[in-house]
Amino acid sequence: MKKVIVVGNGMVGYKFCEKLAAHADFEGFEVIVFGEEPRPAYDRVHLSEYFADKSAEELLLAPANWYTDHQIELRTSELVTQIDLEDKKITTHKDTVFEYDYLILATGSAPFVPPIKGSEKAGVFVYRTIEDLDAMKSYAAKLKAKGKKSAAVLGGGLLGLEAANAAKELGMDAHVVEFAQRLMPRQLDQGASDMLQSKIEELGIGIHLSKATEEIMGDGAIERMDFADDTHLDADMLIISAGIRPRDELARASGLQVGARGGIYVNEKMQTSDSSVYAIGEVALYNEGIYGLVAPGYEMADVAVEQITGGEKAMAASIDMSTQLKLIGTEVASFGDPFVENHDVVAITYENKQRGIYKRINVAKDGSRLFGGILVGDSSDYNTLFQIYYNAMKLPENPEDLILGSRGGESILGSVLDLPDTAQICSCESVSKGEICEAIQDGTAANLKDIVKCTKATTGCGGCKPMVVDLVNETLKSLGKEVKDTICEHFEYSRQELYDLVKVKQITTFEEALARLGKGCGCEVCKPVMASIFSSIYMETANKQPVIQDSNDRFLANIQRNGTYSVVPRVAGGEISPQKLIVLGEVAKKYDLYTKITGGQRIDLFGAQLHELPLIWKELIDAGFESGHAYGKSLRTVKSCVGSTWCRYGMHESVTFAIEIENRYRGLRSPHKLKGGVSGCIRECAEARGKDFGLIAVDGGWNLYVCGNGGATPKHAILLAEQLDDETCVKYLDRFLMFYIRTAAPLMRTAPWLDKLEGGIEYLKKVVVEDSLGIAEELELEMQGLVNKYECEWKQAIEDPEMMGRFKHFVNSDETDETIEFVSLRDQKMPKPW
Amino acid sequence: MEELLNHYKTVTPENTTNWVKVGTTQDFPENGGACIKHNNRQIAVYNFTLTSSWYACQNLCPHKLEMVLSRGMIGDSQGIPKVACPLHKKTFSLQDGSNLNGEDYKIAVYPVKIEDNMVYIGFSD
Repeated sequence: MKKVIVVGNGMVGYKFCEKLAAHADFEGFEVIVFGEEPRPAYDRVHLSEYFADKSAEELLLAPANWYTDHQIELRTSELVTQIDLEDKKITTHKDTVFEYDYLILATGSAPFVPPIKGSEKAGVFVYRTIEDLDAMKSYAAKLKAKGKKSAAVLGGGLLGLEAANAAKELGMDAHVVEFAQRLMPRQLDQGASDMLQSKIEELGIGIHLSKATEEIMGDGAIERMDFADDTHLDADMLIISAGIRPRDELARASGLQVGARGGIYVNEKMQTSDSSVYAIGEVALYNEGIYGLVAPGYEMADVAVEQITGGEKAMAASIDMSTQLKLIGTEVASFGDPFVENHDVVAITYENKQRGIYKRINVAKDGSRLFGGILVGDSSDYNTLFQIYYNAMKLPENPEDLILGSRGGESILGSVLDLPDTAQICSCESVSKGEICEAIQDGTAANLKDIVKCTKATTGCGGCKPMVVDLVNETLKSLGKEVKDTICEHFEYSRQELYDLVKVKQITTFEEALARLGKGCGCEVCKPVMASIFSSIYMETANKQPVIQDSNDRFLANIQRNGTYSVVPRVAGGEISPQKLIVLGEVAKKYDLYTKITGGQRIDLFGAQLHELPLIWKELIDAGFESGHAYGKSLRTVKSCVGSTWCRYGMHESVTFAIEIENRYRGLRSPHKLKGGVSGCIRECAEARGKDFGLIAVDGGWNLYVCGNGGATPKHAILLAEQLDDETCVKYLDRFLMFYIRTAAPLMRTAPWLDKLEGGIEYLKKVVVEDSLGIAEELELEMQGLVNKYECEWKQAIEDPEMMGRFKHFVNSDETDETIEFVSLRDQKMPKPW
Repeated sequence: MEELLNHYKTVTPENTTNWVKVGTTQDFPENGGACIKHNNRQIAVYNFTLTSSWYACQNLCPHKLEMVLSRGMIGDSQGIPKVACPLHKKTFSLQDGSNLNGEDYKIAVYPVKIEDNMVYIGFSD
């Protein structure tokens, strides 16, 4: 048994463990990992997402039990303080001693804090760990409570821009301060930097170039940055992101050879000056360089694993620093040598200020090869260009086609299958084209999911995904297999195709659809999709084919934790009379239901047993309520603010219009749930821009916004048209909703649908506003047909004794389910916890 | 609640000692399921009209121990008849009760026979 000690549990340290654990000879190793941070390795590349939507848990590269499952001992919050090279031992800060056969140093780097006077002041942060982010977060919260909002970032490199994005996500006004005269000076030329700057500034982030910071001013805490050119910037907090310094202090103290400017010296085997000790990642000094990107770090981890398991693999002499990423919403890529220009090499550039795109390629004067380039604003050609550069492939006759697109419509590269087998497709996981194609050809993988599982391609930065998808599809095609975005094993069609087929062939039942278009018995995926399609075409309620409905729709209620249901009547626009409120209260009291106000301005009654649903609904319907469709993938609510009838700022009657719209689209089934909002003025109290469609009253009418949502990935709705009168507004809404219903994939809300829609919002505007497809009238008629056929499905259900059979808990007994238990909660009840 | 699970053990036609009549075929929706009660057991019964087959299993979801499986959607996966739990969409084979998402949960299944339009479930006690 060989003992391996890994010092450092960052991305590269983890990758080493992952590669070793996957190695055939892993059983011969005993592995202990030390990490000074309190949690297991996490994804630092996507750190700024911690503020947007990701939890620390989600950023983990592998959960803590991954290490135990693989018999790897992970010791977090434990710092290695000493290495004894002679006796092959290490000591930790707890004075515990461990022996090793191989020592892997993956200590990474620390943020470089330039020697600026005042950098010790409160409110000055570095950007590296989750703890740094937590500290920034709580400081920003305190600032905002005092009405202070200005956050500066020192450093306009890749990480600095990420940090600026993080500051913006925190709700601060972000400013980037860079010493050089351009952003990302190591990757971008002036033209690219200018383009990136204008795009970032559009988002409200300030950019300050050629600024040398002299002193950080403030009384105890930062208040201002003073620059060498006698200008200054007011800042309430500062995030320093001015580069990295390798964490080589442990190696240095133990006597390992280190570079003059830091970093542990390694050879092509990743061996340090002591042959039992390896260094990988940002701490390794290889070929005179330190590599702050994840791909070379992973490659080093792979080499180290190969070396200690007796393999031959060595690091390539030159390390590729190409990179592609999305920075503050802008695509940026840089590959090969982005700057080279000499008597053999010329640059071809393309700049489009209207669309915010800059592209540059450096090609040999004789047109024989590509040396590198830069892409800003649109990096969709990155994979192709990178492959051409990396594999020294032949260029097309007119090299400018590489960035302008060939005017014949054909891909410049021809087919992705033309790439050499050695072409590296996923540089994070170093997966070659050959590996992907072989896995499909020999049957190891049948689709993209399998490829991701067996090769790990796309699991790093994800930038290679489009190319991997193409490769998988093209290889499948070359084997004579059809590639389709099918909904499940029972129907070899996409949702849109099924929608069209059902309509054209006038199919009316699920059984008929299975017989004519599918096979087998169906499943929990295709049944609700078909139910939704039938409903969107024929406006049939969930009562017509109850067994193909998602189980909530089948019982016209939302199932809750303990198998009981909640009841939500429609309260259009959130307007409800005192009399109706009393009815809700009385019904809730009678059936002992837990009541809560929902986010959609209505009232949810929880804890109804299956057999009670019809009894409750009978009383509600008698009092004038109707189904709220809270259980369906259908229109939920149209939220409103009180509007001009009461509000002294209101411009139009938002409640009236919200009720009109909610009643128009009530019961409308769609690929996913739909929510709307109407605000009476730009103060936007109805949060209409957080909805699938939102109307905001302005001078001269309504502004119509579409494709927003709250939830896990909040999106603001985007302006579709301005200053519309009521009638036009409804017209555009009809067209928009019907177009979405026809074309979206199952369970795809409007925001991701718009993301996928080729041409995006501009295209949508053309279809909806300009009627570029000539289908506007058809869409409106279709919607009007659905609106005319609306029926309350709960009323239908309680009036039909046969339908009522559905709500009995037992077929063979009138007893009710006695296993349901409730406990009390603040004068109400709740399910007994799981 | 865990002891509830012990009530449910798979029964095969071979070790059935007691066929219990639970209703007529019309009591169960076509291509859907419903629940019956026998002594202290709740059993979900499914009518696969498309393949003229019947299946039965515990009504208890093995994941959160709620009496809900009869309300799940049914279908097949590679020809294996299955039910999807309405709470978290975990799917189970109605042939042997195994979980089809590769998890450890398992449900007990029971034999069903149809005679003269009457539905019978097999128990071994």
